Amino acid sequence: MITAATSQSTSSIQPSSAGREVLLEIRGLAVHFETRRGVAKAVNDVDLSLYKGERFGLVGESGSGKSTLILSLLNMIKPPGRIVHGSAKLNRRELTNLDGEEVRQLRLSEIAMIPQGAMNSMNPVMRIGDQLELAMAEHGGGEHSVRELMEMVGLSEATERLYPHELSGGMKQRACIAQAISLSPKLILADEPTSALDVVVQRQIMQTLKNLQNRLHATVLLVGHDMGLMAQFAERVGIMYGGELVEVGEVDKIFVEPKHPYTRLLIDSISSFETKGDFRGIPGNAMSLLNPPSGCHFHPRCPNKMDKCQERPPTLKEIAPDHTASCLLYEEGENS
Amino acid sequence: MSDEFLLEARDVRKVFRGGGMLQADTATVAVDHFSLKIDADNPTFTTIAGESGSGKTTIARLLLGLVDPTSGEVRYRGRPLPDLDKVKRKQYRKEVQAIFQDPFEVYNPFYKVDHILTTPLKKFSLANSRSEIQDRVETALTAVGLRPDETLGRYPHQLSGGQRQRITTARALLLEPKLIIADEPVSMVDASLRATILESLHRLFREFGISFLYITHDLATAYQVSESLVVLYNGTVAEAGDTESIIRNPKHPYTQELIHSIPAPVPGTEWLEKPVEEKAEGKEIMEAEHQVISGCRYVHRCPKAMNKCVGQLPDLYQTGDTRGISCFLYEESVPVPDGDLTEILSTKTATIQD
Amino acid sequence: MMRRLILMRNYLADSPSLAVGLAMLLSLIAFGVIGRFIIDAEMAEPLAATPRLQPSTEHPFGTDDSGRDLFAVMVVGVPLTLRIGFLAGGVGLGLGTFLGFLSGYIGGKVDTIIRGTVDILLTVPGLLVLISIASTIREEISVEIMALVVASLSWMWPTRTIRAQVLSMRERAYVDMAKLNGMGTFEIIWRELFPNLLPYLAASFAVSVSAAVLATISLEALGLGPQNEPTVGMTIYWAITFSALIRGMWWWWSIPIAFLVLLFVGLLLVASGLDELANPKQRQAE
Repeated sequence: MITAATSQSTSSIQPSSAGREVLLEIRGLAVHFETRRGVAKAVNDVDLSLYKGERFGLVGESGSGKSTLILSLLNMIKPPGRIVHGSAKLNRRELTNLDGEEVRQLRLSEIAMIPQGAMNSMNPVMRIGDQLELAMAEHGGGEHSVRELMEMVGLSEATERLYPHELSGGMKQRACIAQAISLSPKLILADEPTSALDVVVQRQIMQTLKNLQNRLHATVLLVGHDMGLMAQFAERVGIMYGGELVEVGEVDKIFVEPKHPYTRLLIDSISSFETKGDFRGIPGNAMSLLNPPSGCHFHPRCPNKMDKCQERPPTLKEIAPDHTASCLLYEEGENS
Repeated sequence: MSDEFLLEARDVRKVFRGGGMLQADTATVAVDHFSLKIDADNPTFTTIAGESGSGKTTIARLLLGLVDPTSGEVRYRGRPLPDLDKVKRKQYRKEVQAIFQDPFEVYNPFYKVDHILTTPLKKFSLANSRSEIQDRVETALTAVGLRPDETLGRYPHQLSGGQRQRITTARALLLEPKLIIADEPVSMVDASLRATILESLHRLFREFGISFLYITHDLATAYQVSESLVVLYNGTVAEAGDTESIIRNPKHPYTQELIHSIPAPVPGTEWLEKPVEEKAEGKEIMEAEHQVISGCRYVHRCPKAMNKCVGQLPDLYQTGDTRGISCFLYEESVPVPDGDLTEILSTKTATIQD
Repeated sequence: MMRRLILMRNYLADSPSLAVGLAMLLSLIAFGVIGRFIIDAEMAEPLAATPRLQPSTEHPFGTDDSGRDLFAVMVVGVPLTLRIGFLAGGVGLGLGTFLGFLSGYIGGKVDTIIRGTVDILLTVPGLLVLISIASTIREEISVEIMALVVASLSWMWPTRTIRAQVLSMRERAYVDMAKLNGMGTFEIIWRELFPNLLPYLAASFAVSVSAAVLATISLEALGLGPQNEPTVGMTIYWAITFSALIRGMWWWWSIPIAFLVLLFVGLLLVASGLDELANPKQRQAE
């Protein structure tokens, strides 16, 4: 059994990261939405491994499947969507077939989720401290006290006695993070946790999240579309397009030497204080999940398009140490 | 420079009243002491930047006549908006156009997207026949990089966000306006298409000589497109001037904090390591936004706050030809007359068109 | 046009209650139309048949005390009742829609006056007013007058709910867009807001019709309806007056009630089906 497991994972775990322990292993995961107008493959055969204690950034535009992917880890896909096949293992424990009660047990203690606009999910008639206390009690208590948790996220003691409407957006998001880490989870899923906040507050929140991640030695999977935030926060980055993972690598490599044409164009298109009057949009329109193009999904917008790109889809292949990309440019013997 | 400005905001103030039977009356000062003139003949590309609650959208709506100011006035070609007669009003609507944030909400779900393109042509009598309408619509769509056969005859939900926003840009273009007020035109558009839309806006400025008031929370896109920049904080102007120099050398404590907070898309710049500046001692006030205060709005968060900042609103001090800063740290400089931003912004803008 | 038809079919497939409700209402109308070819309308007059007969093959619904054939009475009466209901519901809703749009979109003094009037009139017990009006003009009451009497008190609720709908719609960005497109106030109401309210108005119409039928039946059951017309409500009035219940003439009262149940359930299903479609969340899921 053990040999089978290792031989299977050697293809994805690269030599230099051999020493690192895998926390989350996603293999061939597919989530489809069956609508009247056809089947939308929101997540299409995704393979991804996250290591213990790393900060991983998952980037994609709307409709790329990034949010669906993390929802599927907590069995939170709602009909007409469903996990069609594939597996996601947290510490070798399969997540895709858990029932409601098992998922509830797993939440907070193993996986915590900080959703988009989490601050609106608080109980408006309960004091902040009491909410934390209750959440912990429901899961059998944690190793930290409410006071310690509040301190860890940078909230004062007085805040414990306030109601949610008395807090600013940033403070509410901190309280949500305190709740998320109350049972020292191994994996923290953060879906655009700062998209509703101002940039000044965003930096403070991301600093808090990073400090906590170090302290708890947890893995953070940050999902979003802000490339700047990813560059600053993540150690490794994965890029999704049209439900597929097209490139995974270390943040320095991805931003300096992107391999997939989509990644390259996406990075070039970002506005920054270095690009005045220089516009590099990606031509074409966002892809329709209901009616995807043949072959490689990106080929209609790709500047490096070859004839075979519309004939067959590429697969995610290692093209440099710790760097994988899914593009026919890098498939063996194809690169003339 | 002509005496008659296309559009002018004169010391505009907008207060929203809230509260109900059981609540105390609450007033939110959305915009205060805002003055800006837009020239009719020299096209300018100006950004009004601010975070949520800064009053930037209210300024857009005031200038578009969609809300009325509490005090002060908005003038079109020298005449206050409420005093415009039917003919002038029509001319105002034609010359001052807008692109809104949400590229879905602006479409009436009952109609095909053609509706928002053909209606203005008919209402402003810009085309006389069906075929002329069709021609002008197709030309405008092509100008913003869309293929008419892929867009016309569809319902809004059948198009992508990027396509929808480009159609609203085409709509603004159809009227051949002098000024387009673009309120967060790319914030709800996919990242890969933002640059494309910004580029088409910038091209309308360069090639058609249309002035732009670009309203955004995103300083990076502001830097990319605009010559002049106005930074708002909580309804008042914090800093204004030439975009390049503000971004390179911000002077107001808020602008400094804001620019340092933006994560650069370059790994390893220690964005997460640099501590956020603490606010000044003894100024511990709850982070309640929009509180009606008489002093500087940034006093709650300012690391350099002084006692006088609490009781008095600083003037807009002019520290150079193209820079105004509303902060007592610069009070040795001369205040800009009436706080009119045009004084700081106009020198640069006259040279844009070649 | 084709697209609208396909949309309609999809709506019906999505909402079984709408389909069933429509089928019930259509069957009532069909009963009135086809029935006219089967029976002689004069059979609905008194002394047309032997009185007090149980349902039989000759008289499927039996006959009443005065010798009316109840099948013929229903064939003539059901369309009459439907007519009063649709007329009263339509007039009430039409007036309510007009005032609701005026009040909601224009606001200010117009809004204060309309809203105030509605609030005051809603506290007046409607049946009491109806009874006083109906008893004053009793002599020459016809089906149309009856409908107007009922409509005079059924416009307040539509005014209030449509005003609320308009208030929320006028904040939408497409209204701003219409202003920038140079459209005037009435044009915005008519071309931008009104079409989006159609599903809601259709649902309100079904509700208004059933309210109007209910008010009509109440008046008729008290004997305040059109004396010479064999409407469903008047049939119930005669059944009460001649003590059909204690005399064991079950067919006399149960048949008109069965028709009313069919009518009300049909209208209710249509209203709830349309309500689902008018709900924006449902439509966004498309």
